[in-house]
Amino acid sequence: MKLKLSDGINAARKSGELQPFIQAVPYFRWLNLRAERLGDELITTMPYQDMLIGNPVLPALHGGVTGALLESAAMISLIGAMEEPILPRIINITVEYLRPGRAEDSFATGIVTKQGRRVANVRAMAWQGDRAKLIATASAHFMMT
Amino acid sequence: MEFDFENMATLMRSGIPHMAEVGLELLSMDEGGAVGKIPHREEFVGDPETGVVHGGIVTVLLDSLSGMCIIPLLGGMATTATLDLRIDYLKPAAPREDLFAKVHCYKLTRNIAFTRGVAYQSDIDDPIAHAAGSFMVTRS
Repeated sequence: MKLKLSDGINAARKSGELQPFIQAVPYFRWLNLRAERLGDELITTMPYQDMLIGNPVLPALHGGVTGALLESAAMISLIGAMEEPILPRIINITVEYLRPGRAEDSFATGIVTKQGRRVANVRAMAWQGDRAKLIATASAHFMMT
Repeated sequence: MEFDFENMATLMRSGIPHMAEVGLELLSMDEGGAVGKIPHREEFVGDPETGVVHGGIVTVLLDSLSGMCIIPLLGGMATTATLDLRIDYLKPAAPREDLFAKVHCYKLTRNIAFTRGVAYQSDIDDPIAHAAGSFMVTRS
């Protein structure tokens, strides 16, 4: 059965549970993303897989996939905070890389800094073992109409 | 050490796990820039109702080529680390079509490289995304 994105978003809005939405997105499933509520926050987890490595010498995660995690976490946190069941569309994102991502699980969350009628601004941060040591941050705009 | 396209293309195909996993192919690379391709796969879809790919895979393609396009300009042993990468999504990707990108380094200083480029499908003059990046360069 093909999961429908709109059903996942509706479920997220009703129950606060984001996993049905994640399961409806093939790219999120491919990355094995999980989202869990922790207090006020929605934490997106990207479990480590060997195929995420971009620098086998260090080894370090591929920067693009760290960017993909931040974009995904920004969107997941935004959907968790929305009133209306719509799929936000990304306008742009700036990712700032702070330290190499090691070969281990990564976590990210987003803060909706401004939700207007047409556009939302979200800040996202990613870390691994120690949350005080962010590996990357991002700032993104989403179209809400 | 001279830059060697064939070595680099082979490295990407087999030596860098995430590039190999997404099927990233290096099509050309010289001082003028790097061109690459990620063939379409259903796993990359972000919206199953439209079949449009997720922005994350566009980021992987643009990030990879932004870092690589600096290498031919360095003319020797040096490493790069991404400082930041901004991506503007200009229009939705067409469903089930391969992704291409062309990125070049428009300014290289002793320590920093600045890059820009586009991701596109059938027409480079009608891109789906634009990228601007900055990189730390460490010369050895």
